[in-house]
Amino acid sequence: MEFLLQQIASGLTSGAIYACVALGLVMIYVSTDHINFAQGEMAMFATYIAWTLIQAGIPYWVAFGLTVLIAFTGGLLIQRFILKPLEHAPVLALVVCFIALLSIFNAIAGMIWSYTVKQFPSPFPSGDPTGHGLVSYHQIGVVAVTAIMLAVLTVFFRFTTLGLAMRAAAQNPASARLMGVRVSWMLALGWGLAAAIGSVAGMMVAPIVFLDPNMMTGILIYGFAGALVGGIGNPGGAVVGGFVVGVLENLVGTYLIGNELKLTFALVIVVGVLILKPAGLFGRVNVKRV
Amino acid sequence: MPNILEVKGLSAYYGPIRALFDIDFTIATGGVTALLGANGAGKTTTLRALCNMIRRTGTSVLAGQDISRKPTEDIVRMGVAHVPEGRGTFAGLTVEENLKLAFHTRRDHAAARRDLELVFDYFPRLKERTKQQAGTLSGGEQQMLAISRALMLAPRLMLLDEPSFGLAPLVVQEIFRILRRINEHEKVSMLIVEQNAALALELADHVYLLETGKVVTSGPSSMVQNDETLRKAYLGY
Amino acid sequence: MAAVTNSWATRRGIGAVAIVFWLAMLALPLLGNVFPSESFDYYMFMGQSMMVYAIAVLGLNLLTGFNGQISLGHGAFFALGAYVTAILMTDGGWPYWATLPVVAILCFGAGFLFGFPALKLESHYLALATFTLAIAVPQLLKHKAISPWTGGVAGLVLDKPDAPFGLPLSPDQWLFYFCLIVAMVLFWAAFNLLRGRSGRAMMAIRDHGMAAGTMGIDTSLYKTITFGISALYTGLAGALSAITVAYVAPDSFALPLSIAFLVGLVVGGLSSLSGCIIGGIFLVLVQNWSQSLSDWMKATFDLRYDVPSWAIYGVLLLLLMYVMPTGVAGGVGRLYRFVAQKLAR
Repeated sequence: MEFLLQQIASGLTSGAIYACVALGLVMIYVSTDHINFAQGEMAMFATYIAWTLIQAGIPYWVAFGLTVLIAFTGGLLIQRFILKPLEHAPVLALVVCFIALLSIFNAIAGMIWSYTVKQFPSPFPSGDPTGHGLVSYHQIGVVAVTAIMLAVLTVFFRFTTLGLAMRAAAQNPASARLMGVRVSWMLALGWGLAAAIGSVAGMMVAPIVFLDPNMMTGILIYGFAGALVGGIGNPGGAVVGGFVVGVLENLVGTYLIGNELKLTFALVIVVGVLILKPAGLFGRVNVKRV
Repeated sequence: MPNILEVKGLSAYYGPIRALFDIDFTIATGGVTALLGANGAGKTTTLRALCNMIRRTGTSVLAGQDISRKPTEDIVRMGVAHVPEGRGTFAGLTVEENLKLAFHTRRDHAAARRDLELVFDYFPRLKERTKQQAGTLSGGEQQMLAISRALMLAPRLMLLDEPSFGLAPLVVQEIFRILRRINEHEKVSMLIVEQNAALALELADHVYLLETGKVVTSGPSSMVQNDETLRKAYLGY
Repeated sequence: MAAVTNSWATRRGIGAVAIVFWLAMLALPLLGNVFPSESFDYYMFMGQSMMVYAIAVLGLNLLTGFNGQISLGHGAFFALGAYVTAILMTDGGWPYWATLPVVAILCFGAGFLFGFPALKLESHYLALATFTLAIAVPQLLKHKAISPWTGGVAGLVLDKPDAPFGLPLSPDQWLFYFCLIVAMVLFWAAFNLLRGRSGRAMMAIRDHGMAAGTMGIDTSLYKTITFGISALYTGLAGALSAITVAYVAPDSFALPLSIAFLVGLVVGGLSSLSGCIIGGIFLVLVQNWSQSLSDWMKATFDLRYDVPSWAIYGVLLLLLMYVMPTGVAGGVGRLYRFVAQKLAR
């Protein structure tokens, strides 16, 4: 029983991280209809920036905040200057673009910081509060940070005018322009936020899996799985999907198929959801009009 | 400023296809102008071209300022509110959110809050449904919402694309009554595109008749109302 | 897109590249007899790699360039072909040439089966699914359950075959000609396929899927078969790679491989057969020169670590998307037409 609870706790922690990645993916998808294949590498790159700041002696939470800001700015600039010129290009050109970004971030990270694995500090004390080895402080911390971030985002989108403008721009860009909303800037902001959320995911997971340029690749496809399970058009669904996938991954990995097939399991979820229920749990299917 | 809008040599294109051919028109400040014509005459195209939603050439001057090359959202911020074909409702947002979106564009939030009250005065039905998803409103209510959204922008000029479309006659009467009040009380100039010519002619003081992208005739609405040949030829009644 | 691709069969400028390439490849091993040198084997190996990558890129091009289905996971089929060959040769003791038909059938089957779910996936979703496949493959290859056959993390080492019938060729020369023959056959087959009705149907599906269906083309059948053929080609490339490199290991079939194929496709030019050759040449050259380029950059910019080919690929992809989205083949094609127009005046 204890072991099961441990697995669930561990699953919720992974789930929190997958939820963050999924949320970033969904934000970009909802506003631009694109799937950001570079989401993982951008998060990894931001985490390296955080590492550099911490190595330079900056206190953890200050470095955390700075990294989130830098990631936000980076995401915004990427949308404005690299993606916007291609906004009317065919899907393949955009997919190539994302893959290019993926490669560049991975390569530059390897170039600057090398491929040797590094340790990344956790801001939470070590050990576990229950005394039974059920959960660690870090695991609770990850879920708490994720929850706080999601709360902040919810407030932002539901109760601020800017959040409303971003939602309107994503739902109906033409009508939003007719209300005076500068839709292009809303897209850029969406990218900035997605990049910032990704950076949080990276900083939360790095203490567990250790920091190296290929850290986020496996996590990214679990992020996809979570987003698809929740419904790729639905931010709330993405979060739920992330947690569901996290717990499932752990339980299935421990009890059914072993831990060496985790990536294949993600693949099965991705393909399965796309084939069987493309709208996910909470999404709506878009019918293509001729 | 005698004219709120002066348009010269306006041509518009859907890709390589030309839909408007060098049309000229003006709208007097405080006036209501109707743009009439059969299906496919280019009426909706004209409104879209004015807001730079499609490719266009020619000049448009809004109260002395050239808006010919400005992006849509900038034209809106300069005081043009477009109530589009199909209403353009934000279906996923609530009625209140649809209206409060204007707060993003307007500097003076106090004035915007007053306008929100004003809008609810004009359309009490919307006030009853503030928390309702806008996509679930009836056609008439969505039209009211669209007009309200435009009003929330405190525009100098309102462009309305077929406000009567798909609505029951009684609802249409109500809406046109309110449009008249808006024109008279809020001093908002209007350009109305309508298929329902009789209704438009009641509201408008000036008329332009379009056919296949060209202006065929124009004049005070009384002129068109009284000219049976003209009405039969272009407006079908 | 259609304007570029409709002229693919008549771009004589690019066709010349293909002819030059095949002639050069035919002559290459014989040059070794005329100009013996120590590094000659290395040049032959480079030539072999170019042909292998050209075939792999051709596989991807059939699916993505000519049929419009985006795949980011062709490394998986390459791996399948490589491992089937390796296992048959080491465990089964099969001769290398006999493994090719098996690879062809198995890879076609795998591609065809994958093609069914792919029917329901729109472009970026298919990209997503194949991307996930590419990432999952190395872990799958390392799994304990199949490691008795696959050699697990360490992989499998193969023997280099001898020239048959006592021909006066070294094993390397023979292997080179073997690859060349297979490559020429495959390219010729693809040329015929694309030139005919099937090719036009494939391209019609790419350009106007719904319209093609209403014209009586069985879209589903074409798409799944194209997936199968595409996997067959890339799988055979994988088999050839295993034979020539004489070694397979899971980590060589990770995401970078699928990305490399995409780069080769984009650089060479979508829906251009000669583009595949250009793509293949490009990939091998970058791999070989990336070390020198990296050394130069380290020296010039005082970097601490190597610049991996990734970075070069990435920057190049971006530049191409802005400047030359039709790839080198498209770019040369445009240049050719431009010159032809000038001359016609």
